[in-house]
Amino acid sequence: MIWVDAVLQGVLVGGLYALFACGLSLMFGVMRIVNLAHGDFAVLAAFLAYSLISASGVNLLYAALLTVPVFAGFGYLVQRGLLNRAISSGPLPPLLATFGLSVVIQNSLLQGYTADSRALDPGRIGTASLRLSGQISLSYLELLILGLAVLVLGGLELYLRRNRTGRMLRAAADDRDAASLVGGDPRHLYGVATAIAFGTLALAGLLFAARSSVAPSSGPSELLFGFEAVVIGGLGSLWGTLLGGIALGIAQNVAGQADPAYTLLAGHLLFLLVLILRPEGLLPRRSVTA
Amino acid sequence: MSAVQQGPAVERGGRPARYTAGGGVVLVAALAYLPYLVDTGVTQAMVVFFYLAAMALMWNLLAGYAGLVSVGQQAYVGLGAYAVLQFSNWGVAPFLGVWLAALACAVIALPTSFAAFRLRADYFAVGTWAIAEVYHLLVIQDSSLGGGSGSALTTLSGIDPVLRDAETYWTALAVAAVCVLGCFLLLRGRVGLALTAIRDDETAAGSAGVRVGPAKRTVYLAAAAGCGAAGGVVIVSQLNVAPDSAFSVQWSASMIFIVLLGGIGTLEGPLLGAALFTVVQQYFGADGAWYLIVLGAACVPVAVWLPRGLWGVVARATPLRVFPLARRVRAASPTAAGPGR
Amino acid sequence: MSALLEVRGLSVRRGQLLALRDLSLAVEAGRVVAVIGANGAGKSTLLEAVAGLLRPERGGVVLDGTEVTALPAHRRLRLGIALVPEGRRLFPSLSVRENLLTGQYRRRPGPWDLPAVYALFPWMADRAAQRASALSGGEQQAVALGRALLANPRVLLLDELSLGLAPAVVATVYRTLPQVVAQGTGVLLVEQDVSLALRRADEVHCLLEGRVELSGSPADLSARQIETAYFGIRRESA
Ligand SMILES: Nc1ncnc2c1ncn2[C@@H]1O[C@H](COP(=O)(O)OP(=O)(O)OP(=O)(O)O)[C@@H](O)[C@H]1O
Ligand SMILES: [Mg+2]
Repeated sequence: MIWVDAVLQGVLVGGLYALFACGLSLMFGVMRIVNLAHGDFAVLAAFLAYSLISASGVNLLYAALLTVPVFAGFGYLVQRGLLNRAISSGPLPPLLATFGLSVVIQNSLLQGYTADSRALDPGRIGTASLRLSGQISLSYLELLILGLAVLVLGGLELYLRRNRTGRMLRAAADDRDAASLVGGDPRHLYGVATAIAFGTLALAGLLFAARSSVAPSSGPSELLFGFEAVVIGGLGSLWGTLLGGIALGIAQNVAGQADPAYTLLAGHLLFLLVLILRPEGLLPRRSVTA
Repeated sequence: MSAVQQGPAVERGGRPARYTAGGGVVLVAALAYLPYLVDTGVTQAMVVFFYLAAMALMWNLLAGYAGLVSVGQQAYVGLGAYAVLQFSNWGVAPFLGVWLAALACAVIALPTSFAAFRLRADYFAVGTWAIAEVYHLLVIQDSSLGGGSGSALTTLSGIDPVLRDAETYWTALAVAAVCVLGCFLLLRGRVGLALTAIRDDETAAGSAGVRVGPAKRTVYLAAAAGCGAAGGVVIVSQLNVAPDSAFSVQWSASMIFIVLLGGIGTLEGPLLGAALFTVVQQYFGADGAWYLIVLGAACVPVAVWLPRGLWGVVARATPLRVFPLARRVRAASPTAAGPGR
Repeated sequence: MSALLEVRGLSVRRGQLLALRDLSLAVEAGRVVAVIGANGAGKSTLLEAVAGLLRPERGGVVLDGTEVTALPAHRRLRLGIALVPEGRRLFPSLSVRENLLTGQYRRRPGPWDLPAVYALFPWMADRAAQRASALSGGEQQAVALGRALLANPRVLLLDELSLGLAPAVVATVYRTLPQVVAQGTGVLLVEQDVSLALRRADEVHCLLEGRVELSGSPADLSARQIETAYFGIRRESA
């Protein structure tokens, strides 16, 4: 029974990994940018929400409703003001730039909030849970998080398929110049992709802090989980990312059940195993050219 | 080889190469004499410069020449440091252990490369990071190496500190010098030629018979060895090792910053970048978080405005080249006075 | 009266090479102007510079009296310059229909819409859901043409529509030109197949090493003249 519980908990946290990872996948897919500060921005969002909540006393929902759009706008500006410039001289400058941002965010948070970890209070939902049997109960908060993740990923998938700008994001990912030949401004489209990425990472950051806690130094390990979810699931497929996140969550939880020391190791090993046996991921994108 | 008229020839070497070689020997000899002249504060700073330069040269070899952008070189820094510890537990003197650590890292890198090379170029960065984390977590599991809290290198604590500092300095100098020489020879040789072809167009190079895989693997192994030796120098100079700092992604971060600041794809750039980085660290490193904030913030303008780094600026403004790596075409006519540019 | 599209003294550098040198030409509304020339003559460079993918070193591009030289490609499309690039450049992971729809992203008002393109190429409607990369070369070329038409361009730039296609397919694709031109669109096309260009164009420019070597209406040019200009055989040999 404890094993079933471990698997279920893995599924629940996997949804959150996927929510966090979808922006990573989008930025990489559209612009080939590996955003090394992705995790740190999520942590930053959580800390800003924390300050907002302690200063004004609003609840988590309102804090999220404010933080997510603000971060989306912020992402657009970061892309237009900074990353678009860096990207024009190859793949390394954006790597360095986002790495620099990561260092700045981590250490600024360290200065502003000390190294302690903080949690966001989700309110009453945080304590209620759905009891399935004697040993297994699912927290409503975690169920809500998984539902939210599925909703966001589904919405994003729909946006990329049906919306004209979403379609242009996919077009620009295939061929930037050809996208500009049909009237798409690559710099704007890139801004939109980063805005989506930042909106989703902010939401994920808040949810991370609500279900457990975040510290100024949590960013890099979250980034690593996110990337592993993307690669395990298969590049360029959002449902694949969900599957990858869940697989990662299950591996971590089941191994952690056996011995807590193996939690992280199991996740990394699953990632490497998938890499070696199935480099295209569990659910590869159906396109011929990646 | 009679005096028939010769066609144009591609050459390198010649006078500049001999100057570089001669200058290098003199410089290393002069640096080796340094501990007799200055106090330990200076030599300790130089040790930092040497191991950072070695790491940066290795990262540059990977990213600047082989197109392998890794965020996981801390794997070999950490493994190198722990190898020295392990060898020392087995009774091998640490100053010898540094060289064995390099060898051990190259050996470990061989199977690792088969996993890492399955990643498409762009994902290589993060995949290598995950691999480094695996080594990190495995080392933590080993209680004979101190587990999560690390261990001290006790075999060196008995030695007279002055002698120990000097020996550390010489080892660090030797590691850096071997890294420079190794890069230079590798890039001038067959591998360098293959890498140049790959850098221009990997698919075309492959179909023209350039052996892409072996060239990249050679570089990966060499970089693992270099970073392993550098990691060995780190533990020898700090006299202890902790897994979280030995396998910290900050090592890769510093390498990236040094190489891009100095100028990627050159040998001069990483050396220049490492020198600057060391100086900054010596003066401001004590300021902790603020130092890192400023350093991180500095990455951004470098990334945006200096994509070819500081050496790129120097190279554009002056004909100065320390390492004669570029090939030049010698004119066909024997009357031509000198190589055109 | 000024032409719909004017290229004025255009010089474009590609790497070390000056691929276009002081090139001028004009396209009137409703006319087809062809550019021919050997490989590497600078034909694609010309079209890419007109479309805004390449920045000229000197000279300019004027669309209906408006200077567009400083504008990037996506702004020029909105003003009415559409390019069907060499090698088609469809979006391989998008379906046929989605590829066509990208053409409407910043369309100008005009006669071309999805039904009109489907009427022109009826097979496209049946294969709308297929991935573009699953089409044959000729089919892809037609989709690329449809995608450009959907923007309702005032000037249509076509780079080697016939490249790699069977003569029958080429004929099908070129048979659409009169319909396009009838709407008042100006066409500037690049063609390897000289006789095809001579048959379809109202005016021909022959490029040699980035310069216009010979221009005129197809009727006025002799085969001998064209051959000379095309291969750059200098007059002294005559
Ligand atoms: N990306 C590039 N970088 C550097 N030089 C280029 C590039 N593309 C083309 N060139 C050079 O510019 C010149 C003109 O090329 P362009 O593609 O315009 O020729 P073209 O007339 O279209 O030839 P083709 O009939 O083969 O398509 C050629 O000499 C070519 O080598
Ligand atoms: Mg061409």
